[in-house]
Amino acid sequence: MLDSYLPIITLIVVALGFATGSIIFSRLVGQKKPSEVKLAPYECGMPPVGSARERFSVKFYIIAMLFIVFDIEVVFMYPWAVMFKRLGMFGFVEMGVFILILLVGYVYVWKKGALEWE
Amino acid sequence: MTEMLSMSNNAPLFVGMMLLKLAVVFGVTMGIVAYATWVERKVIGHMQTRLGPMRTGWHGLLQPIADGLKLFFKEDIIPTQASKVPFLLAPMMILIPALITIAVVPFGPDVTVKGFLVPLQITDLNIGVLYILAMAGLGVYGIVLAGWSSNSKYALLGGVRASAQMISYELAAGITIIAVFMLSETLSLREIVALQSGSVIDWYVFKQPLAFGLFLITGLAEINRTPFDMPEAESELVSGFCTEYSSMKYALFFMAEYANMIVIAAIAATLFLGGWSGPLPESLGVVNLLGKVFAIMFFFIWLRATLPRVRYDQLMQLGWKVLIPLALANLAVTGLVVVLQQ
Amino acid sequence: METIFFYLVALVAVVSGFLVVRCQSPVNSALALVNTFFCLAVFYVMLYAPFMAAIQVIVYAGAIMVLILFVIMLLNLGTEARKRYTHGVVWAAIASLLVLVNVVFFIKRGRVTGAEGDITDYLIKTEGHTELIGKALYTEFLLPFEIASILLLVAIVGAVILAKKDV
Repeated sequence: MLDSYLPIITLIVVALGFATGSIIFSRLVGQKKPSEVKLAPYECGMPPVGSARERFSVKFYIIAMLFIVFDIEVVFMYPWAVMFKRLGMFGFVEMGVFILILLVGYVYVWKKGALEWE
Repeated sequence: MTEMLSMSNNAPLFVGMMLLKLAVVFGVTMGIVAYATWVERKVIGHMQTRLGPMRTGWHGLLQPIADGLKLFFKEDIIPTQASKVPFLLAPMMILIPALITIAVVPFGPDVTVKGFLVPLQITDLNIGVLYILAMAGLGVYGIVLAGWSSNSKYALLGGVRASAQMISYELAAGITIIAVFMLSETLSLREIVALQSGSVIDWYVFKQPLAFGLFLITGLAEINRTPFDMPEAESELVSGFCTEYSSMKYALFFMAEYANMIVIAAIAATLFLGGWSGPLPESLGVVNLLGKVFAIMFFFIWLRATLPRVRYDQLMQLGWKVLIPLALANLAVTGLVVVLQQ
Repeated sequence: METIFFYLVALVAVVSGFLVVRCQSPVNSALALVNTFFCLAVFYVMLYAPFMAAIQVIVYAGAIMVLILFVIMLLNLGTEARKRYTHGVVWAAIASLLVLVNVVFFIKRGRVTGAEGDITDYLIKTEGHTELIGKALYTEFLLPFEIASILLLVAIVGAVILAKKDV
């Protein structure tokens, strides 16, 4: 395990070092002339109106929830795909049943209009 | 039969080779990131009968360095209303996954060093492709956090749009590449390249042309590039999730975009175009891989000059109603063909 | 070497777990939770279960936490959610104490070092973790796998009904 993952840990450290290093360096050498207007959120030059933290369209939650469910479905398919040739026809049929059941859900979502973005 | 170099048979050499490979890959990636910006401006310039950058150095060759220096000396603005901690973390959280994904891409055949076999790849995970997907999934946080923590309307809208788009296309990409594993029976990129190394005909692009096309489209959407650059639609959202960023923090977003482009190109080249193997002989493996990566990146840049931006509702419908069913149909056909051949 | 690394990651996991509870802003709490999940993935790798590690990151850190972040950010509960909850602290303390006793009991009683069974470290190294899981899941545990698809179907329907009351 160490053989395979030590390089990744090292790379994470290098990337983290690069990112923090360049931010810190630019803070040190960059100019600092803050003013109230400069630090206000950008709104095309007009004074900002209200807060940005408003409630959002429910569409985005549906997308996120459907994503979780279908992502789990996809996760099931990785070990299956790797074993597919060894499982043969049997594997094809069992995954066919699995996907067909989920296709019912997919069609339901489609018909209910959860995928429309009106 | 020479032994594979590992921690157990020669630890100092293993660590040394690892650091060397890390340094080379990291350096080359950052170099390509820098010069991809120059190539993009040049190519798009010429496509629009302009010249692009010309002033800094010969044909503007020093432009990336000038840009980098300029960004270092810019003022680092943190808006008063921003949430400080996520605002600071967001650029890092987007760049780091982009940079560490490159670790599993093999860039050449095994070489012999002091009697040990050393693979030209930072690390070969037997879950290689899952590692890539996991890192792609983490990239969403940087964008959503950048959008939210800025506390600006444009940034928030851009961030939310980008994240919804990324997760939708991640799904399509995930289903698409399963077709490759059905043929390869492995998730290790090294073995996937080995399986394609016979001749050009063995490349998976010829067995899975639809999957290759789907992967490129979903890849483009994952990295938010034209025609799917909704989050940065400057005509309506100013600069999207990075509107409030300046100086090096903004540069990190920029680098992440190009690093992601390199990663997507490298993965597409490895999964579908034989990676470092072919068409040139094995000893020129790096040239093979880089050539394919550059070709795909050029294609992405070309698309940016050619295609208009799609509307957001069209984008989501394309992902959920066209790409996912197509990817599933591709799986069914692949499965049927493989089973009938047995 | 590996023991030191384990304790280091364990420390990070526990500290981020603590931050999940302590952070003022729910977004920071969520980020700390992502970090905890990441540490769990590292533990899976150390237990020779890289497939589980990848799934941990893809599903928990990559999908479920994104939804949670969406909800926190876009619902914007405002000030009433910022108030510190103080009710039920005693009961929570008793419950966590019981869980702790439970965990300590099972760790003391069970054999925590060294896995026993058909699937050895050597087998995982040579055959690959994903392959072994695939073999078990699609031959031995076929029925639970198909039932999982029905469970997911219920989840899909539930999600749509929850979010789209008006259709």
